[in-house]
Amino acid sequence: MKMNVFRLACLLVLGALLSACAGTFSGSFPRSEAQVAATDPQAPALDIQSWQTEQGAKVLFVASDALPMLDIRLVSDAGSARDGAHPGLASLTSALLGEGADGMSVDDIARGFEDQGASFSSSSYRDMGVISLRTLSEAQYREPVLALFNQVIGSPTFEQDTLARIRTQMMQGLRMETQVPGPQVNKAFQSTVFAGHPYGQPSDGTLESLPAIARDQLQAFYRTYYAAGNTVIAMVGDLDRAQAEKIAGDISAALPEGQAAPQLERATPLAERQRQHITFPSAQTHILLGNQATWRGNPDHVALYVGNQVLGGGGFASILTDEVRQKRGYVYGISSHFGPMAAGGPFQVRLQTGNDNADDALTLTLDLIDQFVQDGPTAEQLEETRASILGSFALGTADNSDIIGQLGAIGFYDLPLDYLQWFNEQVRTVTAEDIQAAFQRNLTPDNLAIVSIGPKAPQIRPADSDAGAAAAEEPADRAP
Amino acid sequence: MKRLITVLALGLWSLTAQAALPTHAFTLDNGLKVLVREDHRAPVVTVMVWFKAGSIDEAPHEAGLAHVLEHMMFKGTEKLGPGDFSKLVSRYGGSDNAFTSYDYTAYFQQYEVSRLPLALELEAERLGHLKIDDEEFARELDVVMEERRMRTDDNPNALAWEKFQAVARPGTGYAHPIIGWRSLLAQLQPEQARSWYQRFYVPGNATLVVAGDVTREQVEPLVEKFFADLPSGQTPPRPRQTVNPPAGERRLALNLPVKVPSLYMMYNVPSLVTLEDKRDFYALTMLAGVLDGGMSARIETDLVRGERLVAGAGASYSGIQRGDGTFTLTAAPSPDVTLEQVEKGLLAQIERLQTTLPTDAEMARVRAGVLAGQVFEKDSVMGQAMELGMLSTLGLDIDLSARFAENLEAVTAEDVQRVAQQWLVPERLTVGTVKPKAPTSDQPQAEPQP
Repeated sequence: MKMNVFRLACLLVLGALLSACAGTFSGSFPRSEAQVAATDPQAPALDIQSWQTEQGAKVLFVASDALPMLDIRLVSDAGSARDGAHPGLASLTSALLGEGADGMSVDDIARGFEDQGASFSSSSYRDMGVISLRTLSEAQYREPVLALFNQVIGSPTFEQDTLARIRTQMMQGLRMETQVPGPQVNKAFQSTVFAGHPYGQPSDGTLESLPAIARDQLQAFYRTYYAAGNTVIAMVGDLDRAQAEKIAGDISAALPEGQAAPQLERATPLAERQRQHITFPSAQTHILLGNQATWRGNPDHVALYVGNQVLGGGGFASILTDEVRQKRGYVYGISSHFGPMAAGGPFQVRLQTGNDNADDALTLTLDLIDQFVQDGPTAEQLEETRASILGSFALGTADNSDIIGQLGAIGFYDLPLDYLQWFNEQVRTVTAEDIQAAFQRNLTPDNLAIVSIGPKAPQIRPADSDAGAAAAEEPADRAP
Repeated sequence: MKRLITVLALGLWSLTAQAALPTHAFTLDNGLKVLVREDHRAPVVTVMVWFKAGSIDEAPHEAGLAHVLEHMMFKGTEKLGPGDFSKLVSRYGGSDNAFTSYDYTAYFQQYEVSRLPLALELEAERLGHLKIDDEEFARELDVVMEERRMRTDDNPNALAWEKFQAVARPGTGYAHPIIGWRSLLAQLQPEQARSWYQRFYVPGNATLVVAGDVTREQVEPLVEKFFADLPSGQTPPRPRQTVNPPAGERRLALNLPVKVPSLYMMYNVPSLVTLEDKRDFYALTMLAGVLDGGMSARIETDLVRGERLVAGAGASYSGIQRGDGTFTLTAAPSPDVTLEQVEKGLLAQIERLQTTLPTDAEMARVRAGVLAGQVFEKDSVMGQAMELGMLSTLGLDIDLSARFAENLEAVTAEDVQRVAQQWLVPERLTVGTVKPKAPTSDQPQAEPQP
């Protein structure tokens, strides 16, 4: 605690003597800094074209002729949030795509893609069911690959025998997850913070739920949630607009007909602290702190994002890494993030620490969060973070893999096509007061759930003994 | 069929030629090798520094030192305080990190391209002027111990793997884990880190890679400005580490707190570096592709989907290493299948490669994947920098990838059979089994806290 107060004082009051404080640089080193600081980083805009297919799929397309390749990503509102009473249904459905289509065995499909050097994959998240294809873009490779792709996504067979095999693999995967602490504590966090909400269910199902899922449920799930009207088609690559329209039209016609799924009810934050501990004989205690805090469309999104970069999202430059790892060596990794999704999204802080340090690390982390929510960032912290975010813009759209990811998210969450520029503008103008207010509106530190796994539950040290926990190294008064 | 395949491959070749990007190589007087890859698609740059210093260079009692030094490279120099390096990178919109492997240690920074001078100045500073403070070292060692707990101690499969490698790669630096053994790690001293830095962190032992929206004309004067003054230094001799003659058939049985058993098999085979006749590298690469080059390869088709012996399995040839390479098979069995059955199934696949020629279609599919992959990998500037840095550090041709397809095209079905017979033999094999310690319930106990 005290050290952090010192740092604040240092940054606010002793601005001119910053070189005496952590995080600053002696003499004129680096010599190149002045030149770099004076150069505005480029932030090239993506030229996104967008249209709707006849069947109601939204298309986002960026033409890029730098490499003879094409990426396609279908993003359907088909994530585990749509599992209903059958945890694992969305994951199983997704896993069976590519495993059999009308008139084609899985062997035929695998050979069909790999003969042309193409790669196909499907994956499932809480909101999204995602199907990805990467192929060479010259017609001689692209055309057979796309014909196969449309058959695979448009007429999957969900054979009973294949279902049995994939289910067995998933259940082996679930058993392996119980060998290590991470996945167990993640599930416990999700079920604690989102109790009663679809986001609280285990996405990959359970050893009990998976055996109960039947073939006709997969077929129904596929028809409802992979429908054209419930799917975004994102494309990046060496195509012209006419080619892109034709490809998107064919994909859209191949998918089941149907509309967008109804919106889910937004998750509500826990109104008081919940604690959950899993006893497990590990060398480290994993601790997750958090609560429901945001959603896609939250007007505070940018302020929360920027603030979180200062607190724990900015890697080595962030407060949590600096205090808990760099200054005390309690952890290898500590980070915080806001994860906005369609119907909610957690604020989450995650750390892993040797069992002997668990109480100290938990107490310190809670104090740092408390203090940040109370005070917001310092002017210096905000300016550094603002520069960092603005300066990193070009890295976020540098290659086709980056761009296809951006297109998928922009399309799926109905963001404006110039969202990335808009976001940058907001980052430019957000103030420390905005951030402080946004954190206070969306987070109540006392209500953060504490979910942990390890030999014993970590305890918060009482306030009067926390000098030991925080191990202050420099004495200082509170900043005015 | 054969003709069609050839046509496909030729078509793909012209594509990879089309995707070729300019690469410039030069060396400073102090021995620093510099590689510049021009890729002007986006205004970004990746700067990497590669040191030919990895875990295999550690004496047995130094296990883990290369990696600890990697951590210390972020903890301060003559002009930078602890953590300042990464804070400067972040302040200018970059991201940075590093990784330690058996063969090398590498550092990277990624930025919008106008930040290039800063990136180079920062790398030159820690190459030439690292400061290892005793207290910072002690604190960082705690961080590394946490990293070890997280990666290895709390993951029974990772724990099993480090024990397995100790048996499978005897007499080489590959036999100890990169992160180090727990008890030795705890005893490491700052003097050892300083000694490591002096031994290996010299320009003549490093390759600087700059990839992205840059030209040689931009990069060269900056590199001269920041790196030319660093003294060249010397590194100790480092003999080639091979498992030759073969170590003999080895078995390791482990009982650990796992819920699903697993099987590891590793053959000691030569690498591109240790091979006299480089053709075997391409033949082993082809062999690995036939076995596990994708969903249509033999492991997925026969063992996962056909016989359903395994819930998951993989085969890979690690043939780009400073010492001998490895050919590795790993598998997690389907429920109610024993590890003995899985081992038999995998060995039957090896035997099939030794007795029956792979088909033209199988080999064509592997080539198509490799050729398309060469186009796809150009999508990532970081990926390109990685490839250049690694090849340079291993003393290999930096144009290897341009000739990879050609060399793979020359591999015949008979070559594949021959390398299977020559290298995948019992006296080069280690088999490891990991079985549950004792029967346990599927679910750990959970309890709400007051």
